[in-house]
Amino acid sequence: MDFGFKLSPSSAVNLDNVNLEKFEELHRMEPDVYKCMACGSCSSTCPAGRFSGMSLRKVILALQRGKEKEATAMMRNCMLCGKCTMVCPRGINTRHLILSICRIYNGEEK
Amino acid sequence: MKENIVIIGGGIAGMEAASRLLDLGYKPIIIEKSGRLGGHVAEWNRLFPDMTPASDVVNALTARSSEANIFLNTEISFVNKLKDSYNIMLSNGISIITKIILVTTGFSLFDAAKKEEYGYGIYDQVITNKDLEHWFNTGDDARVSNCGMNAVGFVHCVGSRDEKARNSQCSKVCCITAVKQAIELKQKFPDAMVYCFYMDLRMFGKKYEDFYISAQRDYGVRFIRGRVSEVSENIDGRVIVKAEDTLSGKPVKVTLDLLVLMAGMVCNPDSTRVANMASLPVDSDGFLKSRDNIADIIDSPKDGVFYAGACTGPKTVPETLAEARAAALRIHLYIKGME
Amino acid sequence: MRERFLTGYNDFVLPFVCGMLFVLIYCLVGMIRIIMQLPAQDRKRFFISLVTPKTMAKNIKDIFLKCLIHVDLWKRNKLLGYMHSSIAFGWFMLILVGHIEVLLYTSNLGAKALYYPIFFRYFVAETESTMKGSLIFFLMDFFLLIVLSGIALAMIKRIRSRIFGMRRTTNPSFLDLVGLYSLWAIFPLRLLAESFTADISGGSFLTKSLNYVFTEFLSNHANMLPAWWAYSCALGVFFFVLPFSRYMHIPTEILLIPLRNAGIRIVNARKGLAKAQVYSCPGCGLCIDACPMGVLKGNIKDTTVYLNRQIRRNNEARIEEISDKCLLCGKCTAVCPVGVEGDRLRIAQRSVRKYNFGPDYSNIDSLKEAENCNKFVINSNNIVSSSDNEKVLYFAGCMTALTPVIREKTVSILEKAGIEYEFMDKDGGLCCGRPMLMAGRLEQAAQLVEKNTEIIMNSGADTLLLSCPICYRIFRENYSLPGIEVIHHTEYFERLVFSGRIRVSKGNTKYVFHDPCELGRGCGVYEQPRNVISAAGELVEAARNRKESICCGGSLGSLTLGFDKRKAMTENALANLTAASPDRIVTACPLCMSTFGRYSDRPVEDIAQVLDRCSVPGRL
Repeated sequence: MDFGFKLSPSSAVNLDNVNLEKFEELHRMEPDVYKCMACGSCSSTCPAGRFSGMSLRKVILALQRGKEKEATAMMRNCMLCGKCTMVCPRGINTRHLILSICRIYNGEEK
Repeated sequence: MKENIVIIGGGIAGMEAASRLLDLGYKPIIIEKSGRLGGHVAEWNRLFPDMTPASDVVNALTARSSEANIFLNTEISFVNKLKDSYNIMLSNGISIITKIILVTTGFSLFDAAKKEEYGYGIYDQVITNKDLEHWFNTGDDARVSNCGMNAVGFVHCVGSRDEKARNSQCSKVCCITAVKQAIELKQKFPDAMVYCFYMDLRMFGKKYEDFYISAQRDYGVRFIRGRVSEVSENIDGRVIVKAEDTLSGKPVKVTLDLLVLMAGMVCNPDSTRVANMASLPVDSDGFLKSRDNIADIIDSPKDGVFYAGACTGPKTVPETLAEARAAALRIHLYIKGME
Repeated sequence: MRERFLTGYNDFVLPFVCGMLFVLIYCLVGMIRIIMQLPAQDRKRFFISLVTPKTMAKNIKDIFLKCLIHVDLWKRNKLLGYMHSSIAFGWFMLILVGHIEVLLYTSNLGAKALYYPIFFRYFVAETESTMKGSLIFFLMDFFLLIVLSGIALAMIKRIRSRIFGMRRTTNPSFLDLVGLYSLWAIFPLRLLAESFTADISGGSFLTKSLNYVFTEFLSNHANMLPAWWAYSCALGVFFFVLPFSRYMHIPTEILLIPLRNAGIRIVNARKGLAKAQVYSCPGCGLCIDACPMGVLKGNIKDTTVYLNRQIRRNNEARIEEISDKCLLCGKCTAVCPVGVEGDRLRIAQRSVRKYNFGPDYSNIDSLKEAENCNKFVINSNNIVSSSDNEKVLYFAGCMTALTPVIREKTVSILEKAGIEYEFMDKDGGLCCGRPMLMAGRLEQAAQLVEKNTEIIMNSGADTLLLSCPICYRIFRENYSLPGIEVIHHTEYFERLVFSGRIRVSKGNTKYVFHDPCELGRGCGVYEQPRNVISAAGELVEAARNRKESICCGGSLGSLTLGFDKRKAMTENALANLTAASPDRIVTACPLCMSTFGRYSDRPVEDIAQVLDRCSVPGRL
C-alpha cells in the first residue's frame, strides 16, 4: 500500500535482537560459511548480479545480521552456474550453500 | 676450523650467513643453482619502505661473502646420510662430506599464469610484480613501454590466501610491495590513475603504515577493497577488470592500460627436493618445517641441518638477514658443542 | 516312456511350486504397477512400441543378447562374460529343453505342468536308447554342466574378483547372500537328485556316470527323496527371496529393455522407469570401479549400485546423501550392463527436494539482452542480412569467462577462417541452465532455457557455437532452436580444418586428449577433437579414454563434494591421462582445463590453443 510517504525503520543493526537460529542451522549444514573473508570475488563474477544485485558476499553478511528478506531477495536471479564456486579463494562450496539457504530460509513473503 | 659448512642457496640469506661465518673464521661453501648470487632480491629494483636500491644490498653482501667457496650453476644431485654427517653430491661431480648444512633455498614466485582468469600470458597488458621490477631495472618490456599508462591496476593476493591456487597462506610482503610499486609508477607517470585491488591490507612492518598513508595522501593511489575475479580484453586492446567494491557493495568495472599481478610467495620446489633428499619434514603450508615455529625457527628437526630465510615461510629482507645472522651464530655454537 | 507314479505328484514339489507362483504373481503385479505409473503419454508410446515390428524385433534381440548372453560383459572381460552367460543361458536352456521334453512325452498335464518340466526325471522314466531320448538327455546334462561351470566361476569370483577384471565388488546384503547361496545350491542339488534317478529314469554323460561311480550311495533309493526335497527347497528359497534381493534384476530387466527401446525417460524419481531401473540393478558392482569418486575409499558406498539399494529400502537420508554427492560424470551409466542411468536417476532424486523459495527469472528482459548480440539483424523487422556466409553466434559460457584464453583463441581461429561471428555473452550472459538442471531444479532450468531461446532466436544467427560442453549438452537435449545449428567448438574446428578454411601444420608435440564427461558420454563427441589434434601433432591415448574417460573432479554435478575432497580425483584422472607420457594435455572444457591446470605437472590446454598455434588462414 502506498501512503505517499515511507516509514523507514532505523537501518542500524542491533545484534542483541538478531535471531540467528536459522543461521546456526545453516552453519551446521555448511560449516564453511564462516570461512568467507568477504573478498567479493563471487559477487563480481556473478552473472545474476546484473539483474538482481545478487552478491553472495552480501547475502552471507545480511543473514548474519538478521536481514533475511534483503538476503533472499538478492538470490532471486541466481542461476547456480557455479562461477562463484570456481573463484572463491577459500574454497567454499557456494552452490550447495545457496541451495541450503533456499531450504532453510523462507524467502520473500508473497 | 676445517669443519665443512654447506650453504644451499646463494640468495641474501645464504650470502649473509656466509659472510658472518667468514667473520667467525669458518670457510663456508655456497651452492647456487643459477649463474649469479643474490636470488630474488637481485632481480628487484628498490626495496620498501625507504626505496633502498636492491643492488646496494646485494653488492655489499656479495663483497662480504666473496671469500667463501662459491659454486655457481651447481645443483645438488643427492644427499646421503652417513653416521654423523652428510655426503652431498653436486651436479659438477664434486662430493662434500659435511656435518653442517644450512638450507637457504628461499621461495618461488607463484606462477601467475595458473590464475587463468587474470589472463597472464594471454593479454599483453597483464604483467607481474617481478616483470614490473625488471622494467624498473632495465626499461626493457614492450608490454609496459608501449602502453598509454593512463590507468594502472594492481591485483593483490595473486596465488596467496587462495586455496584454489593451493596456497592458503598470506605472502606477507605483497601488500607493501604493491604500495611501493604504485608509488614508483605514480612518480614516473603522475597523471596515471593507479588502483590497488586488495582483500585486506597488511601493513605490519616498520614504517609500512606511513608508506601506505603517503601512497594515499601524497600520490593519490586509489585503494579498492575487492578481489578481481575476471579480466577481459577491450576492442582497443586495453583490459577490463571486474571486481566488487565491497565497501560500497557495488560491482566495479574499470578499463586499464596495465594490470600488475602481485604474485605471492610459494615454497621453492628445490626446497622440497632438498627436503626429500635429506628427509626433512615439510609443514602444512608447503614450506620447510622448523623444530619449533617460535623458539627454534632456524633449527630443522635433524641435527646439523639449519634453515634461514624464506624456505620456512614468507619473509621480508630484514627478517631474512636477521635469521641468517642467527643461523651463523647457531652454527658456530653447534660446532663448539661438537668439539 | 512311462510315468513312474500314477498320481504324478509328490509333496517335495511344494516349495518350488509355492515359490514360483509367488514370484510370478509378484512380478506380474509389479510390472502392471510400473506400467501404470508411467505418464499417460509414455504409456501410450510404450504400448505402440510393443506392436511396432521394428522395436519388437529390437526388444527380442536385446533381451536375448543382454539378458541371456550378456554381450556387454563379454566385451569387458571374457571370463566375466562366460560366467554370466553360462548361468543365464544355461539355465534358460534347461528350462526350455525341460518344457520341450514334457511336451513331447506327456499329455493331459493339468496342474502337473507347473512342476513337471523341473522335476521330470523324478516322475517320468525314459529310455535313452532312442535317438530323440538320448539327444535330450545329452542336452540336459550338457547345459547342466555349463551352468555348473558358471557357478564354479561365481564362487571363484567371490574370492578373487580381480581375475574377472573387477577390482572391487559390491558388499552383498543379507538377503542377497541368501539368494546367492540358494542359487549356488540349486544346480549341484539338481545334479545330485538326477544322479539318484539316473539308473531308473535315465540320464546322460553326467548323471549316469555319477550314478555308476558312486553306486554305493546313489543307488540307495532311500537317499533319493531327500535329494529331490533339497533341490526343490533350494529353488523355493531362491524364488522367495528373489523379489527382495538383487536377483529381482532377472525379471525386471525384461521389462526395462522394451521401456528403454520405447524411448521413455525418467520423469518421476521413484516410479515408472526409475523404479524399473532400480530393480534392474543386478548389483554387479561394475559402477564401483568406474566411479571417479572411488579413489577415496569413503565414497565407495555412494556409487550407483548402493543408490539403487537405498532407493529400494526407501532410506531417504542416504538417498539424498548419495545423489547429492555424485559428480554426474555418467560413467556408471556408460559401463552399466543393464542400462541403469545413474546420473539421470540422481537428478530425479534431487528434483524432489523441497525448497522454501527459488529463483525466478521473469524480471530478465530477454529482448533487451538480445540487443547486445544482434549484429546480423539489419532493421527493426528482424530482417537478417542476407550474405551467404555462415552467421555464427558465439556463446562462450560462464566458465569460459574464467578461462579467457579459450575465448581469445577461438576468436583468433574464427578470424583466420574468415567467419562472420558475434558474441552472445561478451559482457556476461545468462547461464545455459544445465547447472540448474543438474541440481534438480527443473522448473528454473526450463525458465533459463526459455530466456536463452528468445535471445538466440532474435539474434539472426544461423549457427550457435559453444565452447563449454556443459552448455552444449543442455542445448542439444533441452533446447529447440529451429533453423539454428548448435555446434561445439571441437566439431566446428574439425569442419574448418577439413574444409580447408584454415591450414594446419603438423608439429611433433605429443598430445593426449581428455574426453570431458559432458562432451563424450554426454553428447557422443569423440572423434572430432581427435581428428583436429592428429592434424596438429601426435595424438596419444589415455589409459582409459572415450566412453571410459575419468572425470576431472571439477564437475558441477556434485552438490556436496567440497573443493578439498576433489583433489584425489583430479590426481587420479591426471595419472590416467599421462600414462603414455604426453607433452601436453588437451581438453575441450573450460572446467576440466582449470581443474587439471591446478594439479598438472605439464601444460593443460584447450583444443582452441592447440589449433590456433598450429594454423594459418586457408583458402577462402
